[in-house]
Amino acid sequence: MSNPVNLTINGQPVQAPPGTLVIDAAKTVGIQIPAFCYYQGLSLQAACRMCLVDVEKAPKLLAACTLLVGEGMVVNTESPAVVKARKDMLEFLLSNHPLDCPVCDKGGECELQDMVFRYGAGESRFTEVKLHVDEKQWSPVVFFDAPRCILCYRCVRICDEGLGVKALGITNRGAYSEITPNMGTHLECDECGSCIDICPVGALTSGIYRYQTRPWEMEHVGTICTHCGDGCKTTLGVRNSEIIRGNNRDRSGINGEFLCIKGRYGFDFVNHQERLQSPLVRVDGKLEEASWSSALALVAAKFSSIESAGGKIGVVGSSRTTNEENFYLQKFVRQGLHSPHIDHRRSGDVAGLLDALSGKTGALAATADLYTANSLLVIGADLAQQHPFLAFQIRANWRHHQSRTYVVASGPVREDSFATRTVQAAPGTEMDALAGLADSLRAAGNLVIVFGDAVQGDAVRRLVDFGSGLGIPVKYLCLVDYSNSRGALDMGLAPDLLPGYRPAPETGMTVAQMLADKDLAALWVVGANPLEKTALASSSAFVVVQDLFLTETAQRADVIFPAASAYEKNGTVTNTCGEVQRLQKGLGVMGAKPDLDIFALLARHMRLNLGATQPDKIFEEIRASVSGYNVAPMVLATGGAALTNPVNGRVPQSAAAAIASSRDTLFTSGTLGRYSKILGNVMEAPGGLYQR
Amino acid sequence: MTFSQETEARFERLLSSYPEGRHRAALIPMLMYAQDEVGLVTQELKEEVARRCGVTPLQVDEVVGYYTMLRSKPMGKTHLQICTNISCLLRGGDKLWDQACHKLGIGHNEVTADGAVSLEEVECIGACSWAPAIQVNYDFRHNVTPDQLDKLMDQLRGAQ
Repeated sequence: MSNPVNLTINGQPVQAPPGTLVIDAAKTVGIQIPAFCYYQGLSLQAACRMCLVDVEKAPKLLAACTLLVGEGMVVNTESPAVVKARKDMLEFLLSNHPLDCPVCDKGGECELQDMVFRYGAGESRFTEVKLHVDEKQWSPVVFFDAPRCILCYRCVRICDEGLGVKALGITNRGAYSEITPNMGTHLECDECGSCIDICPVGALTSGIYRYQTRPWEMEHVGTICTHCGDGCKTTLGVRNSEIIRGNNRDRSGINGEFLCIKGRYGFDFVNHQERLQSPLVRVDGKLEEASWSSALALVAAKFSSIESAGGKIGVVGSSRTTNEENFYLQKFVRQGLHSPHIDHRRSGDVAGLLDALSGKTGALAATADLYTANSLLVIGADLAQQHPFLAFQIRANWRHHQSRTYVVASGPVREDSFATRTVQAAPGTEMDALAGLADSLRAAGNLVIVFGDAVQGDAVRRLVDFGSGLGIPVKYLCLVDYSNSRGALDMGLAPDLLPGYRPAPETGMTVAQMLADKDLAALWVVGANPLEKTALASSSAFVVVQDLFLTETAQRADVIFPAASAYEKNGTVTNTCGEVQRLQKGLGVMGAKPDLDIFALLARHMRLNLGATQPDKIFEEIRASVSGYNVAPMVLATGGAALTNPVNGRVPQSAAAAIASSRDTLFTSGTLGRYSKILGNVMEAPGGLYQR
Repeated sequence: MTFSQETEARFERLLSSYPEGRHRAALIPMLMYAQDEVGLVTQELKEEVARRCGVTPLQVDEVVGYYTMLRSKPMGKTHLQICTNISCLLRGGDKLWDQACHKLGIGHNEVTADGAVSLEEVECIGACSWAPAIQVNYDFRHNVTPDQLDKLMDQLRGAQ
């Protein structure tokens, strides 16, 4: 590091590394220089002229957002000239602004409002007629109101640089300049809504949120998105037990302010009209509403009689329920029902990776590593579709640190546009393509390998051997599909593994085996849809389903319990990297109960004592007993993410588990995605922008 | 979209004069050359130039919307630009403008019915020392008198 530069800002001595911008240097000593277009992490624009400062010996005011610190520089951010310039700038920005704050969605959290409040321009000398342009709808989620726009280019830059989508531009010039979508009249993009959130004014508004509420009327609940496995924090705006928006403007959580369409808008399944709100019991072949107590009593009696008769009870757990629920469920099944048959849908070979990494420490990548690693190798995954946040991280790493990305894929992926090298490999031949990359990977110094379900079983071991052979620090990331796919395996929802990857005393049946077993006496499915495409072989099996909706599996059920979604419960989930984070209950939906409550009620009906039933207490149990989960409670309590390192040793795998990703796109999310209107309403072909 | 051999050769020279990965630098000259051949910037042309320069069609749109010399509607066979900026104004540029409008019966950014001439009132074209100045396609005419302009317009209409 070269010597720091000394300068003076408002009489205060400031030290900053060479290359620091004056606007950032001022921040280090608590001096805020107002700006609209300057945005951390994006390229410099110097369009808004709000950050003008007085610099000694400079003939005129300079923009602090593009001015580098210099030795002996004397800056004044509050001189009369600066104060006047700001006021004039704001008067200028307001000259064509409609000042419709009372009906504007942004009112109350608008940067322009705040700036005018603080820096003035209470009156305007502009007497001409304002230029009016009608508002436009560009997509189901994006609306544009041109007169409110202050042309800061934030939306253009976040779309272009941050997402790599390049769907927004500015056409025409001067007073007629206007943000324009890539298809002229509408957008074809990821529909992530980043442009809306980053807009400092109310020019871009959200189709879901617009004209629904005032920002101060909502409660803001920071929880974890329930869709893909990346574990983004989404802050739900909740009013009267209704989620009105999702965003992450406070940049808390591993994702900063990044969210894709699912995290920002995909919560609307919560109040879908087909949501189950009462237990259903099959009477004379038809499902009929029943009371909780009668449904619970029926299931308890049935489970007890099957168990005492020695019948086989198969249990399919969920990739979206919390760690606490999964932990309690496997305890229920193994200790309460004395059944070894418990599994969930496996979407990545995490157990294989942990086994192959036996004896290595610090070899599991966290989401932050994707942003800091010198090089990345992505094998067999279209991250922009299946793991949008990981794709964002890798892209940001390339933009900010010039990291090198290597892609081995069977088709076009968004990373191709900046990848150092892309190798096309037909499915199944991904591993063969690696040899040619070894020399370039070694040169980078360190590496993160990200792989999907294309690499599983023996191939994982070969991949780790390949990584170890490079002689540089290598971290690995095994991709899994849903918000708690990783936690489900960590918590022992597997026929051969107990929580913490300890071997099960008796190996049970996998999901496929349960469905194919003609003698299966009962099937208990929690938040999963195994019968979506496969029929149940056992015609006499008693089927119990806990779900939000009447899925294909639920339609075969004898008893259905209406379950609460992740946004309606507390607990923890573990993302695809193994980072555990806390869910916070945002609302309650009438009639539905969290799966944990359903388990606990069922246990009580069966007179089983399986220990604590409160999420916090169960997490204490998990911390104490599940290897790798002994994380600092404060990290979770304060909304942070703690990286778990579940096991360092061989992982015994005796069951031949089928591992397959459901290959969701940006606009699908398993069964849950089918009940999100917004995901169903966007018109784009996912990936259309880079797959043509 | 294909262009004449000459234009293609120009494009090739143009693209090779910028380093690899910087082909977007060729955007404006390429649009100008293409416009000269096609007569205007069409949607098809925008997409073609975007492909060749490695940018999105929207980014071409941004440029076309910004620069007045890039036109999305057809102009006349000869495009007559008359400067009415300060130096030319002081030396009678505004009168030349009125004269042209009157004689041709068209206004700013309009084309004569026969498609021979189009007219544009432009800001400074950088010929203040020889004001009033006008531009006929790419050629400059300096110290233009009303008489000269009259003759020029006759010539342009006659040449049709």
